[in-house]
Formats: sequence, structure tokens, C-alpha cells
Amino acid sequence: MTTEVGSEAEVKKEAEKLEPDTAKEKPEEALESLENQKTEETEETQDSSSSPVPTSQSSPTSRKERDPSEGKGISRFLPPWLKKQKSYSLVEPKDEAKKKAEGDEHVEERECQLPEEVAELKGEAAAENHQAKTDNKEEEKHSVSSAETQPAKEDSKEIEVEKVTEEPEEKLEEETGKRETKEVQTAEIKMEKAPQKAPKKIKTVQCKVMLLDGTEYSCDLEKRAKGQVLFDRVCEHLNLLEKDYFGLLFYENSDQKNWLDSSKEIKRQIRNLPWLFTFHVKFYPPDPSQLTEDITRYFLCLQLRQDIVSGRLPCSFVTHALLGSYTLQAELGDYDPEEHNSDYISEFQFAPNQTKEMEDKVVELHKTHRGLTPAQADSQFLENAKRLSMYGVDLHHAKDSEGVDIMLGVCANGLLIYKDRLRINRFAWPKILKISYKRSNFYIKVRPAELEQFESTIGFKLPNHRAAKRLWKVCVEHHTFFRLISPEQPAKAKFLTLGSKFRYSGRTQAQTRQASNLIDRPAPYFERTSSKRISRSLDGAPVGITDQGLLRDFSATAAGDEAVVLAKLKNGESREDDGSPVKSPPLELTQDGKNNSLKVDGENIYVRHSNLMLEDLDKTQDDLLKHQASISELKRNFMESTPEPRPSEWEKRRITPLSLQTQGQKGDHIFQGEILPIKEKQWTAATGITEAKPEETDKKVGPRAEGPCSGARDADKSSHETLSVVEEKKRAEVGIEETVVINEINGGKIQVAIDGGEPCKLEHLSKKDSSSTSSESSSSSESEDEEVGEYQPHHRVTEDVIKEEKEENEDAKEVEGCTAKVVQCVESVIEGSKEKISIEHAQVAEESLVEGNAVSGTPEEKSFIEEAKQDLREEREEEQLKINGDLSHIGIDVKPQIICCSEPPVVKTEMVTISDATQRTEISTKEVPIVQTETKTITYESPQLDGSAGGDAGVLLSAQTITSESVSTTTTTHITKTVKGGVSETRIEKRIVITGDADIDHDQALAQAIKEAKEQHPDMSVTRVVVHKETELAEEDEG
Amino acid sequence: MAGLGGGAGFGRCSHAVVRALPESLCQQALRVEKGGAVDFARAEREHQLYVGVLKHKLGLQVLELPADESLPDCVFVEDAAVVCEETALLTRPGAPSRRKETEAMKIVLESLNLNVVEMTDENATLDGGDVLFTGREFFVGLSKRTNQRGAEILADTFKDYAVSTVPVHDSLHLKSFCSMAGPNLIAIGSSEGAQKALKTMQQMSDHRYDKLTVPDDAAANCLYLNIPNKGHVLLHRAPEEYPESAKVFEKLKDHMLIPIANIELQKVDGALTCCCILINKTSEL
Repeated sequence: MTTEVGSEAEVKKEAEKLEPDTAKEKPEEALESLENQKTEETEETQDSSSSPVPTSQSSPTSRKERDPSEGKGISRFLPPWLKKQKSYSLVEPKDEAKKKAEGDEHVEERECQLPEEVAELKGEAAAENHQAKTDNKEEEKHSVSSAETQPAKEDSKEIEVEKVTEEPEEKLEEETGKRETKEVQTAEIKMEKAPQKAPKKIKTVQCKVMLLDGTEYSCDLEKRAKGQVLFDRVCEHLNLLEKDYFGLLFYENSDQKNWLDSSKEIKRQIRNLPWLFTFHVKFYPPDPSQLTEDITRYFLCLQLRQDIVSGRLPCSFVTHALLGSYTLQAELGDYDPEEHNSDYISEFQFAPNQTKEMEDKVVELHKTHRGLTPAQADSQFLENAKRLSMYGVDLHHAKDSEGVDIMLGVCANGLLIYKDRLRINRFAWPKILKISYKRSNFYIKVRPAELEQFESTIGFKLPNHRAAKRLWKVCVEHHTFFRLISPEQPAKAKFLTLGSKFRYSGRTQAQTRQASNLIDRPAPYFERTSSKRISRSLDGAPVGITDQGLLRDFSATAAGDEAVVLAKLKNGESREDDGSPVKSPPLELTQDGKNNSLKVDGENIYVRHSNLMLEDLDKTQDDLLKHQASISELKRNFMESTPEPRPSEWEKRRITPLSLQTQGQKGDHIFQGEILPIKEKQWTAATGITEAKPEETDKKVGPRAEGPCSGARDADKSSHETLSVVEEKKRAEVGIEETVVINEINGGKIQVAIDGGEPCKLEHLSKKDSSSTSSESSSSSESEDEEVGEYQPHHRVTEDVIKEEKEENEDAKEVEGCTAKVVQCVESVIEGSKEKISIEHAQVAEESLVEGNAVSGTPEEKSFIEEAKQDLREEREEEQLKINGDLSHIGIDVKPQIICCSEPPVVKTEMVTISDATQRTEISTKEVPIVQTETKTITYESPQLDGSAGGDAGVLLSAQTITSESVSTTTTTHITKTVKGGVSETRIEKRIVITGDADIDHDQALAQAIKEAKEQHPDMSVTRVVVHKETELAEEDEG
Repeated sequence: MAGLGGGAGFGRCSHAVVRALPESLCQQALRVEKGGAVDFARAEREHQLYVGVLKHKLGLQVLELPADESLPDCVFVEDAAVVCEETALLTRPGAPSRRKETEAMKIVLESLNLNVVEMTDENATLDGGDVLFTGREFFVGLSKRTNQRGAEILADTFKDYAVSTVPVHDSLHLKSFCSMAGPNLIAIGSSEGAQKALKTMQQMSDHRYDKLTVPDDAAANCLYLNIPNKGHVLLHRAPEEYPESAKVFEKLKDHMLIPIANIELQKVDGALTCCCILINKTSEL
């Protein structure tokens, strides 16, 4: 294990380095499938060209087109692209012609042109964004008109690039070489026109972000950039510091919006969708007056105006008028009878259905606001808007258990259930014990009412699996953001959102408030652009008018009545629609195919060992059935008492370390807590593998492109994780269930566990609340995702092995062997992968010692048990110190081996490494026949550590160790702050020793500890969890 | 300001709409269960006292509609309309015999320049007595008189506010056992049904309300007003009727308490809130 770890660490380092350096990535990419390469190349070229308008438009279409081709599947490698290129080529000329010389379609030329355009655009830019918009609009129009041919328009750049790449046809062999050359070319071009541009080899993609004021922001991003990068850039562009309330959306189709996960690579999230995003408020602050800066409130106002005009935020007539009047006051200032003639108001849109009567009322109210500054008017606007019942409510269509159409609304306080417009139920976060989804079903487990004994689970049917997952994620995020108490940790502006994907990895509201208290800058000047735009049009500036006209034209498709801003946004959407019509069908087909294939009759098994919910992955595929036999045997061996594990669970568990299974609850908890990121990781891992092992490339590529269809399925058979992978890739409706466990005290045992966990909380003292739950939920959610993700790589890599062994073997031993292999594979994967950014790490090391069970315990631990608590403490501290040392080493170079505290007597050792940020996971499991007493060490770690460590050794800023103790738990916290290359990194190591009788629910305690750790440091990611457990199987096996 | 009604402005009112009681009330008024015969003269006296308090003691502009003998329940104007801020929703009462009560109401409300919305859906029924407006949101009791559709229309009419439904089984109306006794303060009866409904409301709401629990359900229906220069004003059932509940009200130190006897109308399920519609006209547009 240690060796493995070390390798991982190295790999991570490399990965980190790679990120900054595109050059490193190149080789990887070269190894990657042709498709990837092509896309990258194209993207790169686009970036280089960096013509905001054209690229963005082009990108969406191209992607959509790509999808179908991919969907076609087998031929995905080269042929699809080639085909596409052809079609695109036709389109391209048109666009180019418009803008500039009607040059050749050659990539190089294009690039040249583009930069010029960019420059021009930039020059005109800030002030005259609308021109760019118009251009876009024009393009859009074209696309609309000639939907088929033009889908390529926007993508034309990419397409061209692709063509170039294809033309050489040297692809596979000389890919790297080609890329370099191409890149070089682009670079040269750039040099000419945009000397500042990035180094040659960086592969970039142009992103477009629709901003709240209706303008569009475009930038070039490294192809592999994480969502955070883009988000930060946008916020920087907006001069926005209180950015935690905001997020970036991308649309799968007109109404399926997804939040861009900051901690994940953009590319993996949007897949083939265009790099087109919408800046949007994600968490509506319940009390906007508590926002620190006016500029933040301003953006919130813009968002709300959109919400209102679009009808998402229903208002009465009076409220429409009132809010409209504040808008006028904010944007136009005091009412001026001379300047504001009767028509001045008609340029604004205040409501979905705006009437003259309403406008009159608005004007009337506007007159009463004399003297209000724009900021004050915004504040008044918000004070009124925040009281609207649908303020900040994110609605999702669903059906109740009886098939009745309802809406589920996620908000700051919990989950609201609407039937039509009536609120028929409400579940505040504290009342919700668990949130999960399975396939297209969404479940909440609700705390028993006062006189009830049992908690109840309420299920809702969503349109599809994706919708269920989206809802689930939104719930997790809202719960975390609004319910979590901020950790004591100093606010760090930069490290907002690292962490595993599925849980909310950003700052909580409490944290962001804390952070914004530290904002120390003069109130930034900003223009209320929408008013500016409008006033322009008022002045009669043809440009403005045309803008609106165009916008309306475009928006007509999407939504008629929307305001200008909305219109633009919608344009983006509609554009997609327009561009994709031809393509979309194929996509859907593909999905359907996937769904069908993937449809599993899987059963969900909920493990109720503890209050923590184990989620059940549903995967009932035929394949799974095949494996059932082997699985079942595994069950026998390891989960003797397990009631009736079902295949799906099994797969899960199988994936999870066996020891975990035995331990049951703990393992599960752990996974829930921190395994989530895996899905993405899988991808990374896959890539890594490809790189490392060209031979495997084929397999991997296959799964990626087709995912569910071929290779993936094989993998699926063996594990659920595969399924999850499929999900990500193709979004097939696979029953992957993700559960957020909200732990709150339910039973005596649980309480005990909580007590154990409390030391962590002690730090926070009184902060502990029901809110603590939130952290758990988030963690759990992550874990699930991660699980899925993590395991995938295994499957892929070891598909063959696993199949053979598992199918053949029903013996646990064989399985073990498999796992071992898997581990190796994983390692390799990790090595191969080179992307890793670890900003913050929270390490939680937990050891649960059970007295009397210590047969195989670590000497130290034994001693702990025997010794008095004080002694325990001291020792722990010592241990921590050691750990810390390790960490520092890690930080420098070596991968932390803390995990490996594997103790000599270890009977069962399981290593699970999960990389949250990196998205890579390693899992190694070794199991020995069950003995009554067992010691288990489980390590979850994310490559991040290594990666971060891999870089330059940071400068140690500070280090502190805190020890707290409670009845059954001792927690030692070591915080290290370092600065590397301008990036500060804080690492927190916690060692928690939970001591107690069998009565103690260790799983619970562990989960609690993890949860608390996360809660305390919501903006940090858990990089590693080491669980060392000594137990008596007889007692602890809950099967 | 025309802003959404928050806690501060809750209970503000400038006008009240009342209606005289018809003699037909004694014999034909709907009632949940048989009770004693209504002493019309006494009922009238009580009602006049009630109106007098609104008009003279509290200084409201009281619009008094004439009785209509064909509408025995017409004195209970509350059921005919729901007024919130500048918008009035004319209901479609659950009892067919009462549907025409809205006609006169419409006229008077329009005379106040309110934005009047009519409930035309023939599948909808709504009694104003089932509508509890807390200042922050609506609760609508789903009772024999009010159905889901009626509640939906109410929600569509008052878009600013959350509208939550509350099942009402044992009582005529939601407000048969509860009412607002102040900003953020819900007066609630002690019956099982009342407590259950309160729990429902608490669960459904994002806001936390204080509750004032009184022993008698009927006494929980009180009339709160926020009158300039008088502050919190609460009309509640007289100690002669509900002594124990009256004691509870008397603990409200910040309120101007006005005991009102409602013995006769109670016999036909009338409560204090039933007999008026409070309107706050902040400005004459």
C-alpha cells in the first residue's frame, strides 16, 4: 500500500504540474482517443483565435453535432469528425465573410482572422457589447434560418481546426507532433495580433458566459480548466467579491439547467454541449441587506428582474409596479418630467404581461422615490422582492406517489411541495433526515413527527433520472449552503470550491458572510448596464434598437415576453435549440438506447444499520445478475448477517472495500461522506490510464464515447460504479442513487456516536446545531458520487480481470485477488492522470478503537485503550505530530503515508483513495478470512494531496494543533498553512479516536466525525480519511 | 409604502365593510349544528355594538351594506371576499345559498377602487372564513366550504404570498378556531382539530409564529387591528362568554382589548371576524 501511495503521490505531483503546463498535457492527450484530441485541438485553436462571438456560437452547435456522431457510436473515432467537418466547412465561410475577409477555410487563416476580430471587438468591447451581440444575433439568425447547414457556424472555428487535424491524417501516430505544430501556428498568429496571448501549447477553449445584464462575456480557458476557473474569471470580470451566491449554468436543452460544478473540469460536465454558460444567482440570500457590497445586490437585482419578467418569480400587480418603480429609480434616477416622457417606461419590462396600467402605476411610484440613490433603490427592490413567496425557490416538476403533478421547490429553508400554486407541504431542512434519489425517483426521509415513532420516507417521481439527480444536487447544495454553520476557519477568498462534486463544495452562507465582512475595498464603481443600454435605445441610438429587435426575434422562439436581458439569455438557449434540432434527435436516441440498455430492475437496498443512510445504487442489469452469484457468495463470506443484500448493493459494496462491508455502516458512511467525487475522477482516471497505457486506450475510449454500450457495460456487470460512469457520460437513466444523509440524533446509540463526534464540534462550541447535519448530507452525497466514479476506473482497467474472476469465482479470496489487481490498476491510473489541483485539504483521520477487541490493534492504539484518557491524548498528539510531519512531507513531495498506519497485526486492510478535487480514486482491498477480531484500516485519499505536495514546497505560514476530548472521542486537529506560488494552502489533519464499547455505533461516529470535519471546513475538501478499526466481528457485524 | 405587508403594517386598516343582518337569519341561516333560537333583537344589538366599535372607537370608515332577506347569512361578509392590500378576491362561497352575497360586495369593493378579482370557476369554492392571512402568507382551510380549486384561485390572485392549504375537518371554517391576534401572533383554540391545524400551519410556514392558545375554539377567533395612535387593538369574545379564554387575552399587555359579545350570531356559527372585511386604503389612486 505504501508503495502505491507513493506512486500516487508522484503522479499527483505530475498532475498538478501538468495543469499549469499544457505541454505536459499534450502527451496525455496524444494518448487519448482521437476524438479527444481533435476536440482539444479545435478548442485550442479557438482559444487562440479567441474571437468571442463566433466561437461561442460555434461551439454549441459543433458540440451538438458531435453528440450525434458520438451517439452513432462505433465510428466515433475519426469518421464522425471528418463528416462533421465537411458540413461545417460550408457554414464557416458565411460567418467569416461577414466579419472579415472571406479567407480560406484553413485553420490558420481563420485563426488570424479571429484574433483580429477579437481585437476589434475588444476595442469596441466594453462599451459596445451590444455590437458584438448583434453580430452574434446575426449569426444566430443565420443559424436559425439555415439550421442544418449552419449549426456549424458557431463551431466553424472548431470545425476548421478539426479539419486541419484530420487532413493530415497522421492523427494517431503524430498526434502530438501535429498538435504542437498547430499550436505553434496559432501561437504565432496570436503573437502577431495579440502578443499577450498564452503560450503556444496551451489548449484553450473559448467560453461564453451570458451575464445578468444581458451582455456576454467570453474568455479563453484551458481546455481542462475546472469550473472554478471560469467562475472566478467571470466574477473578476464583474468585479464581484461576494460570489458564493452565484454560479454558472449550462443548459442541456431549453429547460434543463445544470450548475457548473466548480470543482470539476468543465469539459467533463458539459460534455458535448457548447461552452456557453449563464451567470446566475444560485443561492438567493434570504436577507439581501446582509450582503456587504452594493454591487452584489445589484447583480441580485438583475437576477430578480429576470426572474420576474420570465414569470419564475410571480408577483401581484402592485408588486410588479413597485419593483418596477425601484428599477427605474435605480437605473434612471429621479423622475424627471422633462426627460422622462410618457414613453420612457416602455423600454423597460417589469412583468411578463406588462400593461399600460401597470406602466402608469410604475411611473406614479417612480415619482415617489425621489432622492433614492441607485443603491438605495436596489435595496428597496430587494427588500420587497425577498418577501415574495417564490423568492429563491428552485422549482422542479414531479409527481407524487399517486401520480399527481406537483412541484418541488428547493429553497433556503427546505423543500416545498406545491400542487399547482398551492403549497401543500413543506419539509424544513431540520426535518429531513435523508435525501436520496434512485433512478427517476427522489426520496426524502423525514423525521418522525412528535407523536410518531418512525421516520417516514416520501418519494416523488421525477421526469427522468437526470431530473432526479439535479434535484438531489440542488437539495444538497442548498442544505449545505444555508444550513451549515461556518467553520471557525478563517475565510479564504480563493479557495471557494474545491472538493468533491456532488456535495456543495463552496462556502456556506455563514462563511461567505464571514468572508465578506473582510472585504475591504472602496465600494466599486459599476455601471448599471441595463439602464445604460436602455437609455441608449431611448436616445434613439439605432444600435440599441437593433439589439432589442434582434433579441426579440431570437427570443421569440424561446419566450415572447421576456425582457431584453432575458431575451438575450434565451437567445443563447434558443440558439442551442436552433442549432441542434438536427442533431438533437440523434442525441436523444442515443440516450434512449442507453437507457434501455441500462435499465436495471435493480433493487435498492437500504442499509439501516445506522441512522446514516446507505444509498443503494440500483443497477439491475442482466449483467449484474450474472455477477450476483459471485456477489452473493461474497455476501456470505463477509456479510454474514446481512439480511438480503441485493445485487445492486452488492456491487456497491463489492466495490467498496470488503472490510467496509463487514463493518457495514462505517464503510458505507465513509463512502457517503467522501467518495462522491469519483465519477469525475473516473474520467480522469480513465484518461490517465489511457495515457499511461496506450494499449488500454481503446477500451477506455470506447466507454467514453459510447460509455454504456460496450466496454462500459462489461464493467457495469461487475459494478455499479460503471453504471454511474455511464451516467455521467451519457446521462443514461441508470439507477444511481445518491443519498444525502442528514444525521441528527435519533436514538440512543446514535447519540452516543454523536457524543463521540462532538469533540470536533467543541471547537465550534455552541454552533453545533441541526445544521451540523448539513455537512453530513453534503459529505454523503459526495461519497456516493465518488463511489461511482472511483470504481469505474477499476472496472475499466480491470474489466477483464474482474469479469473472469468474479464470474468464475465465488470465493471471497478470489475476489480479493481481483481487488488487489484492481488496486494496481487504479494506481496506474492515478499515475497516468496528471491533473490535480489541491488547494485545501482537510484530512480526517479517524480511529475507532473498541476496547476488548484490540486483538489485532496497533500497539499504539492498544496502549491508548489501556491508558488513561490523558495518556491517550498525549499519544494522540504525538501521533498527530507524526502525521503532521507526514503531511508536510507530502506537501513537499512524498505522498502522505499516514494512511498507511497499517498496523502489523492487521487482518484486513483496505485502502481506498479518493481524490475529491482531482477526481481520482484508488481503492485497494485486501481481505483475509474473517476472524472474530479484526482490525481494519481504510484510507480514503484524494490525489490532490500529492498534487499539491508535488509542487514547490510551500512556505509554512503557520501551524497549530488543537486537541479536544469528549467522553468517547478524542480529536486532535493540526492545522498547517503554507503558501505555494502565491496560493495559500491550509491543511487540517484531524485524528479522532473513538473509544467505546460495542454499543457505540462506530459507523455513526465516523460519519459524524467526517461530517463535522466537513462542516467545520466546508470550503475544504477531505483528501484523506484513514479509518483504523478494531472490532470484534461478532459484536459489530451487523450484516 | 405599497410594499408587501410585513409584520409592521399588519392589521392596518382604514375601512371596514359590514352588512346588516336580515331577519331571515334566525330561521334560515346555515348552521353546523342545531342550537338555540337566535334572538334577533339581541343579535342586532350585538352587531351594532360591534360596528360601533369599528366606527367610533377605532375610527374606521365603515361601509355598511343593507341586509338582504334572501340571503340569510349575508351578515357574514367575510366569506364573500378576501381583501389583501389593493386586491380583493370575490369568493364563490361553498354554500350555494350564499353565492349571491358577493354581488353587493363587488359593488362596494369596486367603489373603493380595489383591484377586484372574481372567482368564476364553477368548480371552485371558497369561503373567506377559511382564509387566514398572517401578514406573510395565506393559509386556506380545505373544508366543506372551500376546495382546492378555490384555494388555487386565491393563490393566483395573491401571487406575492405563499398559499398553503390546511385540512379542516371538525369545524366549519379554518377561522372557526383560529385567527391572528397580532402581528406574527396566531390565536388558536385548544381542541384537537385546532391544534392539529396549527401544527400543519407551522410546518408549512417558513415563518415562526407566536401562538396564543385559548381554551375555547370559538374564542380563538378574534379581530386584530392596528390603529394609528392606538396601536394593537384586539376585539375578543367577552368574558361572559368565555371567561377562561378572556383571561388569556387579558395577558396581552400591549393590546388594547375590547371584549365583544357575540352570543347570538354564534348560534349560527358566526364569529368575530365573520362580520367585517377590513381594508386598508393607503392612498386614493
